[in-house]
Amino acid sequence: MAIKIQTKNLNFFYGEHQALFDNDLTVEEKAITAVIGPSGCGKSTHLRVYNRIFELYREQRAEGEVLLDGKNILDADVDVLELRRRIGMIFQKPTPFPMSVFENVAYPLRLHYKLSRSELGDRVRQALIDASLWDEVKDKLKSSGLALSGGQQQRLCIARAIAVEPEVLLMDEPTSAIDPVATLKIEELMFNLKQHFTIVIVTHNMQQAARISDVTAFFYKGKIIETGATKQIFTNPRNRKTEEYITGRFG
Amino acid sequence: MKKKTIFFRKSTDRLVRFASGLAVAVAVAVMFWIIITVFRYGSSALKPGFFLNPSKPYGIPDGGIANAFLGTIFITFGAAVLATPPALLGGICLSEYKEFRRLNAVLRFAANVMMGMPSVIVGLFVYTSVVVPTGNFSGFAGSIALAIIMFPVIMRTTEDMLGMVPYALRESALALGLTRTRTTIQIVCRSARKGLLTGILLALSRVSGETAPLLFTALFADRWPWNYFTQPTANLPVLITEYSTNSPFAEMHRAGWGAALVVTVLVLAINVATRILFREKKHGN
Amino acid sequence: MLGFFIQLTVSSSEIWQTYGLGFLASRDWDPVNDHYGALPSIVGTLVTTAISLLIALPLAFSAALYLVDARPLVGEILGHAIDLLAAIPSIIYGMWGLFVLAPLMQDYVEPFLVETLKLNTLPVVGKYVGSDYNGFGLLTAGIILSIMILPYICAILRDVFLMTPPMLRESAYGIGCTKWETAKDIILRYGIRGILGAVFIGLGRALGETMAVLFVIGNIMDMPENLLSGATTIASTLANNFPEADGLQRSALFALGLVLLVMSFSIQILAQYYLHATSAKRGEER
Repeated sequence: MAIKIQTKNLNFFYGEHQALFDNDLTVEEKAITAVIGPSGCGKSTHLRVYNRIFELYREQRAEGEVLLDGKNILDADVDVLELRRRIGMIFQKPTPFPMSVFENVAYPLRLHYKLSRSELGDRVRQALIDASLWDEVKDKLKSSGLALSGGQQQRLCIARAIAVEPEVLLMDEPTSAIDPVATLKIEELMFNLKQHFTIVIVTHNMQQAARISDVTAFFYKGKIIETGATKQIFTNPRNRKTEEYITGRFG
Repeated sequence: MKKKTIFFRKSTDRLVRFASGLAVAVAVAVMFWIIITVFRYGSSALKPGFFLNPSKPYGIPDGGIANAFLGTIFITFGAAVLATPPALLGGICLSEYKEFRRLNAVLRFAANVMMGMPSVIVGLFVYTSVVVPTGNFSGFAGSIALAIIMFPVIMRTTEDMLGMVPYALRESALALGLTRTRTTIQIVCRSARKGLLTGILLALSRVSGETAPLLFTALFADRWPWNYFTQPTANLPVLITEYSTNSPFAEMHRAGWGAALVVTVLVLAINVATRILFREKKHGN
Repeated sequence: MLGFFIQLTVSSSEIWQTYGLGFLASRDWDPVNDHYGALPSIVGTLVTTAISLLIALPLAFSAALYLVDARPLVGEILGHAIDLLAAIPSIIYGMWGLFVLAPLMQDYVEPFLVETLKLNTLPVVGKYVGSDYNGFGLLTAGIILSIMILPYICAILRDVFLMTPPMLRESAYGIGCTKWETAKDIILRYGIRGILGAVFIGLGRALGETMAVLFVIGNIMDMPENLLSGATTIASTLANNFPEADGLQRSALFALGLVLLVMSFSIQILAQYYLHATSAKRGEER
């Protein structure tokens, strides 16, 4: 399989405090990579480097290389707006914008593309279909995105992210605020999305990682302890720390 | 799909960022402009006699602002004395006796509306309810007007400050067997006393430059403010108004600026002191 | 509170008996013949308030935007500096307006508007700009007011911006918004109630401001013809005419006071309504 993102010697700092140490990680194209580890181990921090969202905060800083299709996204000449179009992000909690369901998906489309009204409508519809939300919201496109249930809101956020045709989806514990049934729906959805997108998911739920991912990376105290095929990590971990974590001895 | 050019979006963003920096610069610059103006014009009036002599009608030499200064102190402190006890009680009620829901809702609403009430209306109100019945303009009437303005400010800050006292402190006092009243007064109010002082000072700084209500109540007089309760009483804000709008003489204008400088320094000093006090309080906890 | 209403209604009963509600629509203010009408003062109040909001709101919005994202220390110092604007007594604004701003308007700004930009020759709007100027008038008063209400609006807007959940901001940036797009499309909508509350607080301040306006508006008791003409507001009419007034005129002034009270009372209620709604929302978030 082709390599989509390659991280080399990534170090990350919150002011003086170093949070990531020499992270090396390979993300394969059109596959799901799961990032697991105890809380505070730096897995979210690692993810937040990929679309440079950490730059919103003055004191945070990343060093090293993150190659997206071979180009280092941390270089100064990379356009972050275009980068963030190519790499979408889903957060711990659903974050629908304070606008209608339709506008939630149309907004990023209008931001990045010149579209006619009918094209826009088609795109929004397609994105909602791809996020398996269309059937549930087609009659209430004009009502507020905040009126949907939690699981629907999160799928709306996924629709919003995939509408602009990104290449990578970053998911930062996307089901942590959602009930089990809705979680299952989102996991199924991810399985379908994998055909078109490269997905990196941070999760503290090991069953979830085992169920959906192809590759798993185990983080501990800012270091990547072990990476490998999900099956191998969960059945036959090479590192003792990994084994202790997945068998639930700490975390 | 056809891409939009990022260049246009980025330039708009840059323009807005620049404009927002500019907005801050403009606001801060105007602030300094006003203060510097007051200092520049005002300082030329400052002579020892200016602070020692009472004000005099135009043409009589050696006029000062001492009577107005003293009058302002009488009026504002009178207002603080009138406003503080009920306002503290109101604030305590809002923060410590939450079970009086009805009363508190009314109190809070009235305070919020009163905070936005134009001060000129307060002046008008006190004129009809105090000045007309007693038949005299007086410094005391001015104090009443300012007290009405101070009341909601003190009450709301009291509520906020008491709200900052940790709940565990109240519980441990009650657990020791103290009555609720004693807990409120001796423990809660004590540990928040700096905050309460902040509220009072804030209200003082807010009213010590207030002019409009005094035009209807205290008015002005070229004499010492010994008849504070019964006669028109000299005060700085009205003196400034009189000297700078109703007088064509440069000398009066200069005295007006001098008085303006005194008022500004007074108000800003109280205000800055309040902020420092409040900061200490915040970090102290 | 109720006392305010009762007192003012009683004191102004004479004028209501004489004119009825026609008092509000009448344009005369003629103490010599004992004719009184409220319209010039009301119009003056509304126009100066509108000008001040028009200037202060965008300034406060962009300043708040800057302060929220500025380096912590810089933001704090500049924020305090702007807050100090609110501490300066209105009488000082009045003096500054009278001795600094009004001459400046007369010598530079107004000639620039009239003679260089020739705004007064524009079709339709030209006649509202006017061509005669002396530094005093609606425009100058509006500018002073805008400076005075700026800190109040700015402080509330800063709170509104800070209240926006960080994750919502991040998701806006996450789909590729610029800072400006995030602010105007996401934060503005999210905090719209708080922003309306800020607008009404500013409105209330500007309506009732007396001294600063009194010094620069010219105190002309006629209907203002244009932005540069001298005018009066309710508050400044009260302060200016009250000492000499008696009889019917005094009653008319009380009636004006009542009008102002009703205006600011309703605005305060609106402001509380919107601000209360946001603080309730804030409670949920915690």
